[in-house]
Amino acid sequence: MEQFSPIKRSKDGQAVRYLLVDDSVFARKNLARIIESFGGEIAGEAGDGMTAITEYERAKPDIVLMDITMPQMEGIESAEKIVQQNPDARIVMVSSVGYQENIVAALQRGARHFVQKPVKPEVLYEVIKYVLGEDGVVAAAAGAGA
Amino acid sequence: MKMELIQPFINAADAVLSQGLNSPMEIGNLTMDKDAYRLQGVAAMVELTGDIEGRVIFDAAPKTAAKIASKIAGTEIPETDSLVREAVCELANQVIGNAVATLNDQGFHFRVHPPQPHTSEHGPKITPDTEALVLCFETSSGNVFMNIALRYSGSAANGVSA
Repeated sequence: MEQFSPIKRSKDGQAVRYLLVDDSVFARKNLARIIESFGGEIAGEAGDGMTAITEYERAKPDIVLMDITMPQMEGIESAEKIVQQNPDARIVMVSSVGYQENIVAALQRGARHFVQKPVKPEVLYEVIKYVLGEDGVVAAAAGAGA
Repeated sequence: MKMELIQPFINAADAVLSQGLNSPMEIGNLTMDKDAYRLQGVAAMVELTGDIEGRVIFDAAPKTAAKIASKIAGTEIPETDSLVREAVCELANQVIGNAVATLNDQGFHFRVHPPQPHTSEHGPKITPDTEALVLCFETSSGNVFMNIALRYSGSAANGVSA
């Protein structure tokens, strides 16, 4: 897999911490692989929207990558509840069900961005940089410019 | 079933499989199925409700499913690993989700339910008013089958025959 220049937290230069929420273990593993290629750290995982809320409170991640279609509680409702409790939460919806209505609903209820599955790493990388804004900084890749 | 319903699924399968496997695929046989569908091995079913109702089964032989899962994951996954079934479910989710997104933007409103793995030899029986279309996609890892049984319902059915 392509390696990207690591995205770090600008406040302390540490790895960006992610919470991965998807009912598919396979999807979470693939997302984790992509995140690691960005120099990120997996702070937690959840298989449904309900668990995502408790995992968010436990892990306090920098970014949440959240699926929409999940059992128990769907991603948009979960995102809304997380943002109600944590207005600064940065949630990116990652779903194959990317129709306009769904995207608008997600953004209106607190998500910061939407990425269509199958995830293209280069697209997610740009979205992460955009969502972090000034709180994120692209560090020089290991070995580069030495 | 009208082609306007089927085409988004073909386009989505093409996009998802080609990207995941990093190689082009071809559409092979296309058949109508009026009886219970005989599964190939590792299958996932996604139910749709709303203006369009029915279900889509996505499946492949165990060896093919393992090859596809390994290719997408970037690491060898044996046939017996539960991740293989998870991979087929996720692929079904992606193909059907992408197709549904297209149909939704065309004005059809419906809900996609999470994919369910299917392990029995036969798929669910088809209702008398619905026939299924079976599509075969020839990929570099082997053949993948998609069995689509959909019909218009509610207001979408008025004046429209699937």
